[in-house]
Amino acid sequence: MDYSQFLYMHEELSLLAVIVVLFLADLFMCPDKKSGRGVFNTPLPAVLLAVHTALNFLPCCSAAPAEAFGGMYQYTPMMTVMKTVLNLGTLVTFLMAHKWLSREENLVKQGEFYQLLLFTLLGMYLMISSGHFLMFFIGLELASVPMTALVAFDKKRSQSAEAGAKYILLALFSSALLLYGISLIYGVTGTLYFNEIGVLIDGSLLSIFGLLLFITGMGFKISLVPFHLWTADTYQGAPTSVTAYLSVISKGAAAFVLMTVFMKAFAQCDLMYAWNTALYWLIVASITVANLFAIRQDNIKRFMAFSAISQAGYLVLAVMDGTAQGMSALVFYLLVYMVSNLGAFAVMTSVEEGSGKVNISDYNGLYRTNPKLAFLMTLCLFSLAGIPPFAGFFSKFFVFMAAFNAGYPLLVFIALANTVISLYYYLLIVKAMYITPSDNPIPTFRSDVYTRLALLLCIAGVIVCGLGGVFYNYIDTLSYGL
Amino acid sequence: MMFAGVFGFLTRRSTLAILLSVELMLNATDLNFAVFNRMLHPEGYEGYFFSLFSIAISAAESAIAIAIMINIYRMKKHIQADGLEEMKW
Repeated sequence: MDYSQFLYMHEELSLLAVIVVLFLADLFMCPDKKSGRGVFNTPLPAVLLAVHTALNFLPCCSAAPAEAFGGMYQYTPMMTVMKTVLNLGTLVTFLMAHKWLSREENLVKQGEFYQLLLFTLLGMYLMISSGHFLMFFIGLELASVPMTALVAFDKKRSQSAEAGAKYILLALFSSALLLYGISLIYGVTGTLYFNEIGVLIDGSLLSIFGLLLFITGMGFKISLVPFHLWTADTYQGAPTSVTAYLSVISKGAAAFVLMTVFMKAFAQCDLMYAWNTALYWLIVASITVANLFAIRQDNIKRFMAFSAISQAGYLVLAVMDGTAQGMSALVFYLLVYMVSNLGAFAVMTSVEEGSGKVNISDYNGLYRTNPKLAFLMTLCLFSLAGIPPFAGFFSKFFVFMAAFNAGYPLLVFIALANTVISLYYYLLIVKAMYITPSDNPIPTFRSDVYTRLALLLCIAGVIVCGLGGVFYNYIDTLSYGL
Repeated sequence: MMFAGVFGFLTRRSTLAILLSVELMLNATDLNFAVFNRMLHPEGYEGYFFSLFSIAISAAESAIAIAIMINIYRMKKHIQADGLEEMKW
């Protein structure tokens, strides 16, 4: 066997090295019980992850596409970009989780938090780079099984456990459907390699049924309507940093994989029609239904859950037809969505840690007491809604362009109309913060340095992505279509 | 067997029974892989290997699911799905 193949997997291997180092650190640098301060704390994992990101992104970016292990593992520069985006998101999650992890009851558990989070990241890496359904499935499960443990991380809070139970049962259900779909596709073609499936699959009814089951399973992971029922409960019950991770990183990875699998395995004519029709209705349903439900929420995490469902609809909009333009739009949308959503979540975490409040009505009058936080939240929400000077506008624009060029003007129109609705409910929060008076506003508090760093990163991302088209052009040079 | 599992998932009230139904669905897929491999594509072993991996992974998943249920049982003293409704709409 040729061991140099492992070099293609350098991203996975270096992440694994980070995990091992953190494991050893967790083993030997246990928190100091007397002073109540953890010796092993946010800086170590954050720095390790940053080094890992820099090492893998900087030197190898122009490497040629390659495959290892007989095509099971595939590598293209676009995947590196995608993994880097996920890395940055994870880094921000680490930073914003600091305050919550420093609580008394979480101090001894923080090692597990980092491990589980990084293992889900490793799973997403494998999923992104897979060239075979077995690899894909293992990656998917590696990404979702530790995620469940994270959702149920607050052991003493019954909401967290309830969220965990709902998440694991539906994750199991969806992976069973997904597997059944894969098994039918295997029955039709006799192979599990994406490339070979693309050649051998015949567009018979059985293969279309398999394809639909596959889309259903992925729909659960990306939380598209009608498979979204777990989302709101899980998002509300999970610890806020985990919710942020769940709503951005795991969703984004799944959407990207949906696109690559589509392009490699199901690009055959008949199937493409079935695929596009299924996605069409899923997108219309997710964007519309989620927007309508978001309006009536009071808990801000539930609100963000419905907002995330409708954003997932926009993400999948880029997958239609599997064009190269769609892929660059998808990755750029994901980058922008990540910075804006994580920014909003960072504000929510600091409010929750500072005052313990999680309802939108509690945000009334936030501008009077915490003007900076309110301002940052406004920036992020405007970016999520897609108001012109901010990054969200451009990312939505590119997604719409991609779908329009692929030949779906009606779909773009529906999505556009829904942007207006989403603007309404994002502005509800802004109104609560700036205009609605409150007798009992959240008291003024100072957030810790890590949360500030996270906020700074996110806001810088929102502004830089909005001003410069450099990122989009860069991504565009690397993306590949059908 | 697949649809027996789906039916069970939708109708059972105890979370453990729901878990059993999901296992039924996963078993159906494993059988599917094995049978397709044996009957339709006997030239390779991909299907068998896939079912082996899938058995191992579903075992890991059920371990976590049961751990979460034990945690719920400690807090609520029951594991009926009806009781898990603190958060709605």
